Amino acid sequence: MRIKEIVDIINGKVVCGKEWVDTEVQKGFASDLMSDVLTLDTDNILLITGLANLQAIRTAEMSDIKCIIFARNKKVSREMIELAAENQMVLIECACSVFKTAGELYKAGIKPVF
Amino acid sequence: MVMHFEYDIEGGDFSKAGNVSSLLKKTLKQLVGNHKIVKRIVVSMYEAEVNVVAHAYSGKVIIDIDTDKISIQVKDKGPGIEDIEQAMQDGYSTASEKVREMGFGAGMGLSNIKNNSDEFELTSKLGEGTELKIVAYLKNL
Repeated sequence: MRIKEIVDIINGKVVCGKEWVDTEVQKGFASDLMSDVLTLDTDNILLITGLANLQAIRTAEMSDIKCIIFARNKKVSREMIELAAENQMVLIECACSVFKTAGELYKAGIKPVF
Repeated sequence: MVMHFEYDIEGGDFSKAGNVSSLLKKTLKQLVGNHKIVKRIVVSMYEAEVNVVAHAYSGKVIIDIDTDKISIQVKDKGPGIEDIEQAMQDGYSTASEKVREMGFGAGMGLSNIKNNSDEFELTSKLGEGTELKIVAYLKNL
């Protein structure tokens, strides 16, 4: 599924990386614990999190994650956008809970990592 | 020896945690491309960097990139680890609330570093600091 379709499904707002929204993503993972994200060895995944800080971006950088959805109405800071842009990431803000965001995307065909 | 790098890490400064890993990732991507080994190495480096920021006063990273392997040493000045066997257990953590708010401190980092390395050595002196040595082999590229 293309990132821009994902944005429509969750009624999200792209705050970084508008030029990359045609990228395809097949699998998703939801966590506020970056230690869990760092144990994954699956590539090209989407991360859904309520943790809006620089370490979420750094974790995505190290894990080759190119798209992060910040759920629960969390706001992305300027520093986060700068770091994400350097790494060609798409950042999406979303007012829904992590549970609802994950549920809607699962229903639409995004597969779980495990 | 192909390349040798040394970097300093400041304890407690989460805004910079990941800077060394980011530089290492860029270098490795140029040298070996988008291989899975790069992710394994930079994830280990990042976990180690976060550990220094979370637990120590300061740290030094020494990276040696050879034709067949990458060696990373992370030496910190800090409180040290009282019981390494216990620290290696999944779920055991002495991290502060601040570290947990950053998305870490779940007692998973050290075992994740071990899982992502071909050689792993952790030594510590209480009240002085901790030294981590990891090696990842490039022979399977």
